[in-house]
Parts: sequence; structure tokens; C-alpha cells
Amino acid sequence: MEMHRDDLGAKLGMWIFIFTEILLFGGLFLVYAVMRSHYSDEFHQAAHQLNAFIGTVNTVALLLSSATVAMSITAVQKGEKRKAVLFILITLICAGIFLFNKYFEWGHKFSIGLYPGSDMMVGLKHGYILFFSLYFFMTGLHVFHLIVGSIILTIIMVKIQTGSINAEKYVLLENGGLYWHLVDLIWIFLFPLLYLIT
Amino acid sequence: MAETIAHSYLENTGKYKGILAWLTTTDHKRIGLMYMYAMMIFFIVGVLLGELMRLELFRPGQQFYNAQTYNGIFTIHGIIMIFTVVIPGLAAVFGNFSMPIMIGAHDVAFPRLNLFSWYLFILGAAIALSSQFLGNGPPDTGWTFYAPYSTQTHTNVVAAVFGAFVLGFSSILTGLNFIVTIHRLRAPGMTFFRMPLFPWSLYATAWIQVLATPIVGITLLMVIAERWLRIGFFDPSLGGDPILYQHLFWIYSHPAVYIMILPAMGVITEIIPTFAQRKVFGYKAIALSSLAIALVGYFVWAHHMYTSGMSITARWVFSLLTFLVAVPSAIKVFNWVTTMYKGSISVKPPFLFALGFIFLFMIGGLTGLSLGSLATDIHVHDTAYVVAHFHYIIFGGVGFAFFAALHYWYPKMYGRMYNFRRANIAFGFLFVGFNLLYFPQFVIGIMGMPRRYFDYLPQFTLGQQISGFGGLLLLIGIILMIANLASKRGAKAPDNPWGGSTLEWTIPSPPPVENFHELPVITGEPYNYE
Ligand SMILES: [Cu+2]
Repeated sequence: MEMHRDDLGAKLGMWIFIFTEILLFGGLFLVYAVMRSHYSDEFHQAAHQLNAFIGTVNTVALLLSSATVAMSITAVQKGEKRKAVLFILITLICAGIFLFNKYFEWGHKFSIGLYPGSDMMVGLKHGYILFFSLYFFMTGLHVFHLIVGSIILTIIMVKIQTGSINAEKYVLLENGGLYWHLVDLIWIFLFPLLYLIT
Repeated sequence: MAETIAHSYLENTGKYKGILAWLTTTDHKRIGLMYMYAMMIFFIVGVLLGELMRLELFRPGQQFYNAQTYNGIFTIHGIIMIFTVVIPGLAAVFGNFSMPIMIGAHDVAFPRLNLFSWYLFILGAAIALSSQFLGNGPPDTGWTFYAPYSTQTHTNVVAAVFGAFVLGFSSILTGLNFIVTIHRLRAPGMTFFRMPLFPWSLYATAWIQVLATPIVGITLLMVIAERWLRIGFFDPSLGGDPILYQHLFWIYSHPAVYIMILPAMGVITEIIPTFAQRKVFGYKAIALSSLAIALVGYFVWAHHMYTSGMSITARWVFSLLTFLVAVPSAIKVFNWVTTMYKGSISVKPPFLFALGFIFLFMIGGLTGLSLGSLATDIHVHDTAYVVAHFHYIIFGGVGFAFFAALHYWYPKMYGRMYNFRRANIAFGFLFVGFNLLYFPQFVIGIMGMPRRYFDYLPQFTLGQQISGFGGLLLLIGIILMIANLASKRGAKAPDNPWGGSTLEWTIPSPPPVENFHELPVITGEPYNYE
């Protein structure tokens, strides 16, 4: 059978997949909304425990990384291979910064015994338990997506380098970029909900 | 035509031989068959578990095994039947086999993703089944995994829940594949309103798969997190809300009923015009009612929760919406019947199964209305009445439509006919057995027999025994049907054994690997008879 190529179809598929991801997190946002209305005072107080400065740094890193992914698409379209690789590299470095910060943020909470299932956590008030449970669950799932996205972008970077993604054929890069924007977008909602509403 | 050079999809021409050639295939037709074989196995396991329940319920009191075993059996029966048989169901088998041919395509949009979905399906089913044998015994929550019991019981809930999660992922990818296929790969000239109605129903189904499944996915992950990490999303002793679980579960699981039944309706809509040799009545109404069901079906979920503790406003709104969703279903039934009017009907096995579907689906649908209305639901909630209603829709509806589709496309699949007389006898056993099995459950349900109970009061004995007898007839029917189809000794099938008018009947039986040597150009509507 002749190989048929349908870039529009591939992008349509990616958009539908992104809908499903948004709905996946949508379930968590719904739980957050319900719990916040049940325990608004305790959520308010618990949010003070999170470090808004680290959160801001991570937000900036992700916004920057979304921009560089978009720039790498333009670079590939113009046939500027080296620039494209460089932009993806910057994206991956931003992802690294995010993970680095998250590691220390989580590590600190673990060191003081504040993690799901810990004896200290189970002894807290219900609103606190639910806030920190949601915090770990939502940021954990987000970090999982970020790691998957980084792996996809690494593969894409290699493919640009070897020339199998080029100015004629770059739908894979576009789809990888879409996925990365999704990772960014979800964080844009997580950040105010968890860190800023205090 | 290219018959002389084109190989049938059943012959191995690639680099692998035998089973490996199947396990590495990206051909939508082979993947459809692979779904079917796997599902048949799960279906038989589910049937046997069901028969074990009938055996235990034949008399009041304990007969063969204890109550905890019974709880495990009804849970696993539900999990297998719902998640591995009827949810992938017709869409995975006949959607894969027939849909690309019916829209005039060489394959689905993402053939490798399609194979990946099949592997996810097998993986998910294996994980779900492993819950039977590993850990602290089979889960005993029922297939609905209601919290907080599902987060507290010591049985092996996590494996079952995670299996369901993986199966959901497989379902999402199949839906995604079908949406893109239908948007991008229709043959030249085939506008949306020239598309046959089975692909239309799959299109509506696919949107539900894509938009509803992620909700149950995240809910199941929350259940796992709650069990492992003492997170209290749903457990009131940790501050959670069990009603919230029910909402999240039914937001998916009610639309899931339409994931099951819409492709079934689509199959019936193909079979009726073919065997009545008449243009389908109200083509657009049938096509759009599929979308209407998909849309409205999204907003009725809380009719499962009338007795769980909701505000009266929420209850009447959901009741109203539930009545509304019955309208597009009824439109379809009226159109099928009208299509038959003044047709030249030939009663062959696929048509017989389709008639069986209409009859059973109507009983299931009408009894659904008494569950959707607030006052009557309070009386029959969680009784055998619900069991009967549910099985009339899922087995009488989806199951009979599956058998109808199997008898309809079997000649295309294997290039052979089957014995009509034996198929008719099998139908007789299935139809009579089915009604004997489930109709008494309506009666004893109204009398007060609760569902999921291991034991019962003596006044329900007669009903339970008629059910047990029906279960036996049903089992015989299933064995007869499978034996008839599996014998493969029928005559060679012609390209168009039923005089059908859709594209799959224009190509050889079995179809060549790439379906069409040259893509057909569509100039008119489907169902051109008279
Ligand atoms: Cu429902």
C-alpha cells in the first residue's frame, strides 16, 4: 500500500488527545472546587505552606519553554536546523529547572513529614489533608506529564538533528509542541489555585 | 477488477507467518477479528460466572459456595462483561472490520495506534483478570467500585481498578482513531450525509469515548491513591465525599451505556434496510439522533443517584433530562419499523437477530423510564428490577445486536456462508432463554428482591427458578450459535449475499488487503433500493 501522509489528520488526532488530557485534569479541578468549598478556611491556611517564590520561578521557566518550542517550529520551517535544536535544548533546560525546583520543594515537605500517608498528615485537620493530598496528586500528575513531554522533545531534537524532521515534514514537532503547551497550560492553572490563593 | 492479483486479508503475505503475522498486523480487518476472538473468550468466562450465580440462586440459602465468593463472582462478572466485552464491543470489532470499508478507505487513520489499542486492551483485561487470583481474593465491590467501601475492603480492588483504567485508555485511542478516520478518509464524494449510518453511530460513539472516559480514568486513579496513600478524596473519615465519587463515576458510566448501545443501533440500521430492500426511512433523523443521544446522554448521569442524597432540584432536573434522552432512541425505533413497512422482507438470521434486538430493546427502554422517574425509582431502586432492565438493554440490546452483526458480516469476514437453519434454532434458544432468564427478575424486583443478594426469602423461589431454567436455555443457545459459526463448512460466500447497498458489498468476500484497488467515487446516498 502506498504510504499516505496526512498532516492535518495527525494534528486533529493530537488536538483530540489534548482534549482528553484536559478532561483528565478537569476531574481533579472539580474535586479541588468541591473540597475548597467544603473547607475554604483550611485550604486558605494550608496554602501558606507553599513557597510562592519557587512557584513563580517555575511558572517563568515553563512560559519561557513554551515560547522556545514555538520558536523552534518557526526555525524548522525556515530550514534553520541548528537554531531549532538550540531552542529545543533551551526548552529542555527549562524543564530541568522546573524539575530541580520541584525536587527540593517536595523533598522539603517529605523531610518535615508532610506527605500523603504519613502519620503526621493523617493527624491534621480534614481540610489540610485534602489540600496537601490534592497538591501532591495534581503536581505529581503534572510532573509525570512534564517528564513524558521532555522525553518526546528529546526524541524530536534527535530527529531534527538527523534531518528526519525538516522544513517539508515537521508535523511531529508541531504535535510535540502542542503537547508541551498543554503541560504549560495545566501548570498555569495549578499555580494560582495552589500557591496564590492564600 | 484486481481480484486476480489482490490477496485476501486472511492470507499471510508479509515477512511473518502464522500467529506472528496476526500479532504484528496493522490491517484494520485483522485487528477487528483479534478483538473479536479475545472478546469471545472473555464473554464465555463472563457467561459461566453468570451461570454460577444462577446455580447458587436456584434455592434460598447457601447451595454451593458462600456469600463472600458470591460477592466476588458478581463483581468479576460485571467487570469482565462491562469493561472487556460490551464497552469495546461492537465498535472495536465491527467498527474496525467494517467501518473503513463502508466509508471507502484503505484503513483507519492511524493503523499502528490501532494495533497499540488492541495491546492495551489485552493488557488491561489481563490486569483486571489478575485481580481474581492475586492478592487477598477477588474484589467484592461490584463493578461500580463505590467509595468508601472500595477504598476500605481488603480484597484486590487495585488490580481491577487499574485494569479498568488501562482499558479506558485503549477505548480513548480507538475513539480518537475513528474520529480522525471519519473526518479525513471518507471516499471522494462521500459527504457526511452520504455516509452509511453505522459509521455515523460510531462517530457519535467515538466522541463519547474521547470526552467521557478521561473522567473515570482520573477517578479510578484517585481510588488507587486513596487506598495506597490514605488520601481522603472520597472517605468521609478523612474528610472526603462519597457522593462525589458517585458523581465522577456516573459522569462516565452513564455515557458509557451509549458507548455500548449506539454502535448496536447503527448495526440494526444497516440490517433492516438490507433485508427489507427498502431505503432507510428518515436517514437524517437517524444520523442526527445519534449525535443527540451522545450530547444529551452526557447530562443524565445522576439518575443513578436518586436515593444517594441529592437536592430535590437536582433530582427533578436529572429526571427530566433522562426522559428527554429517550426521545432520540424512540425516533430510531420508529424509523426502523417504518423502513420495514411495505418492504420485501426476507427473514434470514441477521434480520431475525435484529428483530430480537428491537423487541428486547423496547422492553429495556420502557422499563428504563420507570427507573428514570423519581417516585417509581424509590420503590425499585437496587432491586432485581434494575438487574432485569440493565440486562434487557445490555444483553438484549448490545448482545443481540452483536450477534446480528456477526451473522450479517460473517460472509464478508471469512468468505463463507453458515447454516441458516442452525442459526435460526440458536436464535430460538437465545430469545426464549433470554426472556425466561430476565423477565422474572422484573417481577420479583417489584416484589422486593434486592439485587446483589446471595440469599432470598422463599416467595422469590419460583421467579429465581424460572430464571435459572432460562439461563440454561440461553447457554445452550450460545453454544449452538458458536458451534454453527465456528464449523466453517458453509458454501463459498458471494460478494453480496444479502443484496446490501453499502460499499463493503461491492468488494470480494473476504476483502483484499487494501480493501479497494481504486477508491470508489460516491455520487449518491447510501441505501439505494427500488
Ligand atoms: Cu444511566
